[in-house]
Amino acid sequence: MTISAERPTETAAGTTAPTGPRGVSWTNRPGWMSQHLGTALVLAFLGYLLGHWWGNHIAGNYAYINGASGQNSVADFLALLLMVVGWLVGIGALNYPIAKLFGREAVEEEPAKGLSRYFRYTLDHKVVGMQYVVGVLLFMFTGGLLAMAIRTELLNPTVHIFNPGTYIEIVSEHGTIMMMMATSIIVGPLGNYLVPLMIGSRRMAFPRIEAFSFWIFSAGYMVIFSALFFGGFPTGWTGYAPLQNQAGPGMISYLFGFAVIGMGMIAAGFNIAVTIVNYRAPGMTWSRVPMFVWSILATASLLTLATPVLFSAGLFGILDHVVLTSLYVNEHGGSSYLWENLFWFFGHPEVYIMALPGFGIVAEIVPVFTRKPLFAYKVAAAGMMGVALLSFFVWQHHLFQSGINPDMRPLFMLTTELISIPTGFIYLVGMGSLYKSKMRLEIPMLFSLALYFNFLIGGITGVFLSDVPVNVTVHGSFFVLSHFHYTIMGGLLFAFMAGLYYWLPKMTGYMMNKKLGLWHFWTMFIFFNLTFFPMFIIGLLGQPRRVFEYAHNLQGLNDFSSISAFCLGASFLLFFWNLMYSMIINPQKAPANPWDSLGLEWQTANPVPLYNFERIPVIVTEPYRYSEPGAPAYADFGGGGSGSGSSSSVSSSVEE
Amino acid sequence: MNNEPRHMRRIVTAWVIASVIGDLLWWFLVGPHIPPGNMTESAHWNQFDFNILAITALPVVFMVWIWMGYALVNWRDKPGVPDPVGGEAAKAPYKVQAAWISITSIVVISAAIYGTIALIGDHGSGGGEGPNPVWAPAGTIAANTAAIQGKATWSPTGDQPLVVQVIAQQWKFNYRYPAFGGMETNRLILPVNTDVVFDVTSLDVIHDFWAYQLSVKADANPGVNNVAFAETRQTGQFMVRCDELCGIWHGAMYNSGRILSKTAFMAWATKTEAQNASNTKYLPPFAWTYTPDANGANGGLYPDGNVTPYSPYDTYGAKQPAS
Repeated sequence: MTISAERPTETAAGTTAPTGPRGVSWTNRPGWMSQHLGTALVLAFLGYLLGHWWGNHIAGNYAYINGASGQNSVADFLALLLMVVGWLVGIGALNYPIAKLFGREAVEEEPAKGLSRYFRYTLDHKVVGMQYVVGVLLFMFTGGLLAMAIRTELLNPTVHIFNPGTYIEIVSEHGTIMMMMATSIIVGPLGNYLVPLMIGSRRMAFPRIEAFSFWIFSAGYMVIFSALFFGGFPTGWTGYAPLQNQAGPGMISYLFGFAVIGMGMIAAGFNIAVTIVNYRAPGMTWSRVPMFVWSILATASLLTLATPVLFSAGLFGILDHVVLTSLYVNEHGGSSYLWENLFWFFGHPEVYIMALPGFGIVAEIVPVFTRKPLFAYKVAAAGMMGVALLSFFVWQHHLFQSGINPDMRPLFMLTTELISIPTGFIYLVGMGSLYKSKMRLEIPMLFSLALYFNFLIGGITGVFLSDVPVNVTVHGSFFVLSHFHYTIMGGLLFAFMAGLYYWLPKMTGYMMNKKLGLWHFWTMFIFFNLTFFPMFIIGLLGQPRRVFEYAHNLQGLNDFSSISAFCLGASFLLFFWNLMYSMIINPQKAPANPWDSLGLEWQTANPVPLYNFERIPVIVTEPYRYSEPGAPAYADFGGGGSGSGSSSSVSSSVEE
Repeated sequence: MNNEPRHMRRIVTAWVIASVIGDLLWWFLVGPHIPPGNMTESAHWNQFDFNILAITALPVVFMVWIWMGYALVNWRDKPGVPDPVGGEAAKAPYKVQAAWISITSIVVISAAIYGTIALIGDHGSGGGEGPNPVWAPAGTIAANTAAIQGKATWSPTGDQPLVVQVIAQQWKFNYRYPAFGGMETNRLILPVNTDVVFDVTSLDVIHDFWAYQLSVKADANPGVNNVAFAETRQTGQFMVRCDELCGIWHGAMYNSGRILSKTAFMAWATKTEAQNASNTKYLPPFAWTYTPDANGANGGLYPDGNVTPYSPYDTYGAKQPAS
């Protein structure tokens, strides 16, 4: 059935704007007077200048804060802090809390129409999802360019293109930007856009927190990017102390950048978890929740529980720099092990923050293209939650050679290897779904199959790494580097591409070009493997990570990997070209349900109305009943008794 | 339906054949060349361990690949392929689920048990074991205690362990030999057929001492003594690299070492001890770590290279008060 446009009485904020004399509005102004990306940029710039001046004013005379570099850490930190505050004020993120602080009601602006809404602080989860799409692609493009620079430097073992300082700066920025991007690459764009649609909700639980999560995420991008202008930081994405304490002003960008991104991750995770638990449509019991939503719930739990540790770790680092505490300095009573523990206590759940949404996407896509029910639904859900739970008990496998708790190594070896059991569930589900299916090899399905291919290599080599005796040889080498690129890029990024090709027709109304998509898929798949598989061998043959000089006999393999990496980079250009071509140059209108999916998100009108569903659907059965004659539809949108009843109750629940 | 091929039989047959061939090829052709080789006892066992994991992993990889390949050929959307069945008939049989979970659990837990046995049996497998190693070869703890007491000795006759301290700093490694007057060299020379105790520490940031062919890898933490063991088995040259990012010249922090016969090592050590004597006397006394804490304790290296405690004023950079 078709669904009419949104009801005129409802607004995106879910509130009818109070018009009393105490109302405060910064946003009901026409055109450039209102708040948007431009005002955010201006206030961020002014905030930066103000913070820098302020820092120098209050701490310019303290020689030991200035340090050997002559940079005043207080000024560096305050500049970035006020830049972020300026950004948030400029975009309008603080209007509501500030108004509330003064006991007033913030007056919401009417939801903007057209393109301009994508440049504003908006409470529509679909707009936030699209903002995230652009945000993470920008992040990825930056990190990808840096990767090209790394591979260029490694073309020759002794002739250098960059000086060592620049090289470490590039390596560190690449790692950090990619890790930050990867935490949000699926949860941000697809999670925000699709979760309410898939659970039959008209909105997120906390739309302001959701919008905040995007705008603080983008502020984090600016902060980490700013390190490039401060000479970078020499620590890699792991930021180990006391090298961290020794480093120059770029380190502040790293520490504060992670804290800022961390706030976004906590906000996003909290909002999404609450939404999934509380806003599911009537009838959507836990055994009827789509697998993608399960994976996002597991990820959201990790985001909410693990990221505060990263936030605190970053804060401690900032204190060490700015007010000369010595939390990470052994000589003054701190401990470099403290950073290692805090960082990896966040860092390992983080790895699954990056893996789980990918599993969710393929589990969602595979039944559609095999035309079969998902094999062992409950095992899949248990796998996701099991991985999430176990991920909190494995972090010291990063520290097997560090000398921390050496007698605990067998325990962490066991927990790490145990996590392959729930990860194996995902394979059982995927492989079982292929059995006697009728596979439609559309591009999303190809990317999903590629995930199973790549992640298998990434996962199995993870077992090698978790084995302490083998770890002695492979720890810290290119073997590790290849392993996590196989899981994050080979898993998460391929799943993200699967998700984009699959859901962009819903999100934009236009189909991605299939021919270009095939070119993109095959070049990406082939050159990904040609880039990273040789790195297992390079690592085994003794090349440590993050070096710019290596043994002469490894040049052949390194060159092979570098040239493949350039081709891999080119495959992303193909993707961007496809995106431009299919969305702007030659847009082809997408059918309402191009993949014949039973998913709830495809049952909404196209384009999705502001309020998603005219009536809140009632879920009547399991989500993946493909090829089953006579099976009822997944959801009932009709005007029958229970449907209309719940519809009216939800329309009142959106008021705050 | 009777004409339908017996898919499972085909898949299992292909899988068994591929796994057997793959494992045999790996064990006899690839395995012996897998690093780190056979230069030390732990290198030998770590190579063995890698190969055990490899022949366990190959059948798993083949299983998924063959399954996916078979599905791509036979179960894709093309004419003649029957439509998939939905409903109850498509439900996942509990037996399959239970078998999968049981088999993966058994494989994984066996791997963990085997890894633990290998780790303990090989005295930490050459990895960093912290300041107080729990799995040490016989005699090594006593040798380390003698070293800190200034009583370390070593001779080419007998089976005495050799204590070597690895001092990492930005961006080089130095090696101290307490049995030879605490001399310090910038090249790691070791005797063959000897238990070596590496006391790894750092003067500044975290480094990682990776003697590749020896299969020794231990983080060098400032203020921490991280102990690792190796039993040398072959003479020859080996590579040492820093394996933890330690700043801009991390990529250039490498050098090479050599394992000599016991008599050649003794000759080199006594000669070097005599040559370096004029420098060795300025070194701080042998200690586990050389970065003092805020009170000047726990460190042997003082600003004047002597016995003056590290001044807290110097540490914090304030001016000395007029006395």
